[in-house]
Amino acid sequence: MSAHILTVDDSASIRMTTKIALSNAGYTVTEAVDGADGIAKLSAGTFDLIVTDLNMPNMDGLTMIRELRKMPAHTGVPVIFLTTESDGEIKSQAKAAGATGWLTKPFDPENLVKIARKVLGK
Amino acid sequence: MSDTDPIAVFLTEAAELLEQIEIGLLDLTHRLDDKDQIDAVFRGLHTLKGSGAMFGFDALAAFTHHCETAFDRVRKGDVPASQELVAAVLAAQDHMKALIEAPHGDHDDKSSTLLGSLHAAVNGSGNSAVISPAEPEATAPAKQDGSDRAGWTVRFRLPANAMANGTNPLGLLDELRDLGDCRITVDKSKLPPLDSLNPSDIHLGWTVELLGDADRTAVEDVFIFVMDEMELSIEPILRETKPVAEADVGTAAAAAAADVPIPAQVIAARSATPAAAPAPQSAATEQKQAKAAENVRVPAERLDELMDRVGELVIAQSRLSQLADASIEIQLRAVSEDIERLSGELRDTMMVLRMMPVASLFGRFRRLVHDLSRETGKVIELETEGETTEVDKTVIDRLADPLVHLVRNSIDHGLETPDERRAAGKPEAGHVRLSARQSGGEVIITVKDDGRGINRERVRAKAESSGLIQPGAALSDQELLQLIFQPGFSTAQQITSLSGRGVGMDVVKKTVEALRGAIEVTSTPGNGSEIALRIPLTLAIIDGLLVRIGTGAYVIPLSAVEECLELSPETDLRSRGRSFISLRDSLVPFIRLRELFNTRTEPDPFQKIVVISTGSERVGLVVDQIIGDHQTVIKSLSKLHHDVATFSGATILGDGSVALILDVAHLVAAGQQQEAQLRAAG
Repeated sequence: MSAHILTVDDSASIRMTTKIALSNAGYTVTEAVDGADGIAKLSAGTFDLIVTDLNMPNMDGLTMIRELRKMPAHTGVPVIFLTTESDGEIKSQAKAAGATGWLTKPFDPENLVKIARKVLGK
Repeated sequence: MSDTDPIAVFLTEAAELLEQIEIGLLDLTHRLDDKDQIDAVFRGLHTLKGSGAMFGFDALAAFTHHCETAFDRVRKGDVPASQELVAAVLAAQDHMKALIEAPHGDHDDKSSTLLGSLHAAVNGSGNSAVISPAEPEATAPAKQDGSDRAGWTVRFRLPANAMANGTNPLGLLDELRDLGDCRITVDKSKLPPLDSLNPSDIHLGWTVELLGDADRTAVEDVFIFVMDEMELSIEPILRETKPVAEADVGTAAAAAAADVPIPAQVIAARSATPAAAPAPQSAATEQKQAKAAENVRVPAERLDELMDRVGELVIAQSRLSQLADASIEIQLRAVSEDIERLSGELRDTMMVLRMMPVASLFGRFRRLVHDLSRETGKVIELETEGETTEVDKTVIDRLADPLVHLVRNSIDHGLETPDERRAAGKPEAGHVRLSARQSGGEVIITVKDDGRGINRERVRAKAESSGLIQPGAALSDQELLQLIFQPGFSTAQQITSLSGRGVGMDVVKKTVEALRGAIEVTSTPGNGSEIALRIPLTLAIIDGLLVRIGTGAYVIPLSAVEECLELSPETDLRSRGRSFISLRDSLVPFIRLRELFNTRTEPDPFQKIVVISTGSERVGLVVDQIIGDHQTVIKSLSKLHHDVATFSGATILGDGSVALILDVAHLVAAGQQQEAQLRAAG
C-alpha cells in the first residue's frame, strides 16, 4: 500500500505541484483547500503524512494542526508545514502546535519528496 | 482540475488573487479598520508571493514580499492602515500584473518608485527600512571535522512527546543506517517502572556508532526537525581509538542485544494495531539484518511436529483453565493463568517461526511475466509491493500455482495488445501489480491489472449458455463476477496456450477456500480488474468465538465476527419467513442455525445474532448462547466428511468434547443467496 498523504493549501498551483511531485514518487495524495477542509478530510479518513500551508482562509494551518492533534486517529501522524524564510517565529509556533517538520517555500519538489521519505521512513 | 500545467494554473490563480486583493483594498478605502479585509489582503499577497517564487516569477515574488511585509505590520498593529498605504498597494497591485505578464521585462525602475511610495506610506518620513531582505535560514556552522576519523559516535535522546508530534525514532535510526554501518545501543536508564510508563512517550536514548565517511552535516541533517528540542552529541571516532560504546551501557550482553527490539515494541504500542497481532514485522526486519550465520535451517516437518505439540498443549491448557475456573483454589487459578499466557505466547512464537515473506512467492513472477510478454507480444510492467509481508509457509506453498494462474489470466485476458491500448488512450505498457499486505488477522494478496476489465455481458451469456444460471436471473455485480470461478467457466474466445487449460479459476477458488480464505473481484470496464485473495494469517490455531446451538457447541472464527446482538422475541416473530435484521440502515440477512441443524430442544428465550462478514458481504447467525472466545486448534474433518460445506473443521474443547468450526465463507454465501431469493420473490 502506498502511503496516503493529505496536502492542504489554498493555492491551486502549489497543490498541483505538490500533488504531481508526491504522486510521481508513488504516494497517494488527497487535497484540501484550507484548514477547515483539511479537518473535514481528516475526520473522514486516515493519512500517513500531512503537508500543510500555514496561511489560509477559513482555518489557518496552526489551528488545523492543533485540532488534528486532538483527533485520536491522528496523534503521531507526521505533519510537515510549508513556510517562507521571512515567517520568523511561526516555525516555533507550528512546532509547539504539534508539527513534525517544515519545508521552506519556494521549494524544490524533489526536496518535498525527500522530506516525505524522511518522515515516512522507508 | 483537468489542466496539467502548474504554471497555467498559477496564472489563473494569480489573476484571481490580484482580483481578491483589489476588492479587499477597495473595501479598505471605505473602512480602514476592517480587520477581515486586512487579513484577506495579507493572505492574498502572501500566497501570490509564495506561489510566484515556486514557479520562477522571482521579480514578482521579491516585489510582492515588500507589500506583504507592509500589510503584515498593519495586521499586527505595528502601523495603522492609511489611505496612503492602501493607495500605494493598489498601485503596486497593477504593477504585479505587469510582472506576471512579462516576468523577464525590465521593471526595476517602476518597482523601486512604487516601493519608495510604499516606504513613505508605512514609515511616514520613510527613512527606515521596513523592508529588510529576507534572511536566509542560518545553516549550522561547519564544525571542526577531523579527517582521520573512522566515523561518529552519535548520542541522542528525543523529547518525551516527540512521537505525538509525528517523529519516529526508528526512522531516524534508519536514516543513520543509510549513512553507514551502525552499531546501535539503547540507553534504558530513564525507563520508568511499568505502571508509570506512558506508552506514547519516548523514554529511551540511543548511542549509535556510525562508521564510514559521512560528514557532520549529513548526520545533523537526520535530526534537522528535532534538533532544537533534543539532546544530541556528535563526536568523531578517531581511527586509533577503539569504539567506545560498551562503556556507556555496562554489560557486553546489553550491547549484544542491541538490535533494537525494545524500541520496536514501544513503537508497536503507539500504532493502532491490535496487541493480539504478534507484530513481528519490524522485529523480523531487524532479524533479517542480523548475519546469516545466526540462522538455523530446520526441516519443515519438524516445525509441523512442533506445531502439533503446541496444538495439544493449547487443548490441555484449556482443560486446565476450565478446571481452574470452577475451582476456588487461588493458587491453582494463578498457575492456570500463567500457563494460559505462556501457551498463548508459545503459540504466537510458533506462528512467527512458520512465517515466510511473500517475496519468495513473488520472486518467480518476474521471469514469468518476461516470458509471457515475449509470447503474447504485449508490453507488460510488473510491479510488486509488500514483499516483506509474512505468511504461513503452507500458504506460500499452496498459493504458488493459483497466483501463477491469476497473473497469466490478467495478462492473457485482461491486458490489451499495445495497439488496442494506444487506441484506448492508455500507455502502451500494460501494468500488472502484485501486492500483499496484512490487515487484521488476514493477509490480502491482490493481482491487479489496468487492462480491459471483465466483460459482464459475456460472463452472463457464457453462464447462461452453460446452464450455470437461469436466463435473466437477477444477480448482484459481485455474484456475476464470482461466476468466473465456477468449474468449467472460461470466457476466452480463443483458447491460448497461456490460460484456458490445466488449472482453472475454479481451482484457484478451491485452493483459497481450503486455506479458509475468500476471493473478491472488482473490475471496471476499460480500466482493469483486481482480484483480492484474503487468507487468514494462521492455519493451525485461531481465535474463535464459542457459541451454543441447542446442546452443541460450535466455533466461529473470531476474525470474521463483526458484532453480536440480541434477537428480541418481537423481532424474532416479526422476521419469521423474512429473516432480515436492519443493522444501521442496511438489511442484513440472517440464518437460523437451529433450523439449519434441525435442533429439537427448546430455544433460549433470548437468542443472539452473531454478525459475520467476508470483506464486503455480511450475514447474521442466530445462536442460543454466546459462550466466549476460545483458542481453537483446528483439526480437519475426516475424508468421509470432506464434502460437508457448512463446517471447515473441528476442535476439541477443554472438557474433551468436540465443537465443529463453522465455515464462514460458505455461510455468508448461503445468506446472500437467501437474500437474493427473497428479493427476487419480492
